Amino acid sequence: MSVEAREARQPWILLSPALTAIFLLLFVPLLFIVVYSFWLRTSTGADQVGFFLDNWREALSDAFYRDILLFTLKIATITTLVCAVMGYPAAYVIARSKGNKALLLLLLMLPFWISYIIRTMSWINILGVSGALNTALLWLGVINEPIQMLYNQTTVILGLVHFLLPFMILNVFVSLEGIDTNLEDAANSLGATRMQAFWQVTLPLSLPGLAAGGLLCFVLGAGTYITPLVLGGPGDAMFANLVFEAIITQLNWPLGSALSLMLLAVLGALVLIYNRYLGMAQLMKGLG
Amino acid sequence: MTKKIDNTTRYERLRERYMNGDLDRRSFLGLIGAAGLAYGVQTPFAKYANAATVSQVRFDGWGGVVSEALRENAFDPFEAETGIKVVDGTFGGADEYISRVKASQEGEYNIAHLSGVFDYARYHNLGLSTELNEDNIPNLEYVIPKLIDVFRAVTDGKLSCVPYDYGTTGLAYNRKYISDEEMQEKGANILLDPARKGKIAGWSDWRTRMWYAALQTGQNPNDVTDEEACWDAVRAHRDLLLKYWGSGAELMSLLAEEEIHVTEGWSGRIYALQEQGHDIGYMDPPNGFGWQECMFVLKGSPMEACEELLNFMLAPETAIAVAEGQNYPPALDPTKVDLGDKIPTLPAFDPTGKLDGLTFADPEYWNGHEQAWSKEFGRVQKGY
Repeated sequence: MSVEAREARQPWILLSPALTAIFLLLFVPLLFIVVYSFWLRTSTGADQVGFFLDNWREALSDAFYRDILLFTLKIATITTLVCAVMGYPAAYVIARSKGNKALLLLLLMLPFWISYIIRTMSWINILGVSGALNTALLWLGVINEPIQMLYNQTTVILGLVHFLLPFMILNVFVSLEGIDTNLEDAANSLGATRMQAFWQVTLPLSLPGLAAGGLLCFVLGAGTYITPLVLGGPGDAMFANLVFEAIITQLNWPLGSALSLMLLAVLGALVLIYNRYLGMAQLMKGLG
Repeated sequence: MTKKIDNTTRYERLRERYMNGDLDRRSFLGLIGAAGLAYGVQTPFAKYANAATVSQVRFDGWGGVVSEALRENAFDPFEAETGIKVVDGTFGGADEYISRVKASQEGEYNIAHLSGVFDYARYHNLGLSTELNEDNIPNLEYVIPKLIDVFRAVTDGKLSCVPYDYGTTGLAYNRKYISDEEMQEKGANILLDPARKGKIAGWSDWRTRMWYAALQTGQNPNDVTDEEACWDAVRAHRDLLLKYWGSGAELMSLLAEEEIHVTEGWSGRIYALQEQGHDIGYMDPPNGFGWQECMFVLKGSPMEACEELLNFMLAPETAIAVAEGQNYPPALDPTKVDLGDKIPTLPAFDPTGKLDGLTFADPEYWNGHEQAWSKEFGRVQKGY
């Protein structure tokens, strides 16, 4: 075998375990879901095998699903923006810190050591009627009776930000770490203020990280169902909750499959649009 | 005589040969890979070969104090006596559990703590039932006959379960904010009291919602004639609600933390709260939701081991200890068995063993509406 042929094969050999895993654990189950989405649920709860478009017709034409989908995208967008605003300064501080960077990174990783569900439920102990915040406010005499802070849209966003913020910080941090600090010094030496150097040099160069973090936060936020379940009220259900209910509560796997594919298609389309206009390749090209 | 060696010894010998240089790296890795492949291929079929020697039984129930009571008073002593391990899991409801069973291989799940004859009928209609050999469960003689008969009626005189306990889903309220007199006066309509907006909760279970809506609209829960009025009541309740709870633990937390003042709740869980010192009242309104729970054996389970466990669980000393732990009266007939001091004080307990005072869900009626009503509630629940 020629050297060229061997070199051409090498990436595929290295990629083959990952590709096999993706094929078996993602692609094949996805195919099952596609097939399921064309079946029907009978009144006993059993599935009727065949090719029926009923689930797709219902998922695409029913305003109920459309409204919840729009609500989901809204919550994911707000969460992503909040994560970006809160995450960037934190990532900047970590990237520019001297000496205690390892400690700050360790602190950033700490939440991952605790289950996401437990982290979400911890808000009940903080914001609940008998929670830490109400107790403190009552003790300080700021309020006379506990404030109802839980089980609304704000607590859902709060829970999501709590969950997703580390992802944003890590992405931005990696991007900032890769920027040569001499560039900022060069800008300063050419007469730019520290703020101007940040806006015109550092921020544009770190945009790929911000964009990658934003995409990750958005996709993870739009696909969550635990947070609205634990911290949301009756009107705060997100699209993944509908999938959960169709499959688990109503035992309607075919409809649940159609709904999950619908969410996948919408998020997939958004990722494609993002890559087309904001993708890292485009950003790098623009910066180049 | 040939000495049998286990897989660990085989691996150790192979590794030793490799380390000694008797085996090249390629052959060593090839043999390890082949062993892994052979194990992977045979594993799905191994259960048939292993079926003759049952070493464990899987049990799934409602978690919390109920699971703790079963583990401590039934499973641990059973394991000590028989050597058969009981692996216990939990679920939030029979709907969720049925999805797991559907996604599993036959025999993976064995015994489920099902609630209501409607679930028994549903599982049977899905082809998940078995036929118990009642000769292996002599302790069935202590069970209230009425509880057994309703199950027999569903499965042509046979049994796929043993009745185990019963209880009610009544009204639970915080006495600090709501008096017993007010509860007696308002009954199920307390859940529609606008003055308590934001301090009301409810179970996210379509049956319970429709049952209480029937009570709130003055209808028979087992024969609703004005369905739209019921949905209006469900919507009115939703608009006053702080949260739909999804598990017994969440119900207890909401009441204990005083996030809510009133909800409907499971009798045993409310009793547990009272035992913990919380001043929570409990009331079954007229036609309140009664239910009987059973231990259902799923298709593909090791029958003799399951029957042995069920018989052990029904032994009066075990059933009484479990009942005292989980705070639901056992299915044992109080006219045949002395149930001790605590059980007669539990909510829903019937000393006659006839259970005439409880209204149970008609399985045919409720399962007939399951598809439409569960879907409709899914929408109403979210503000539609």
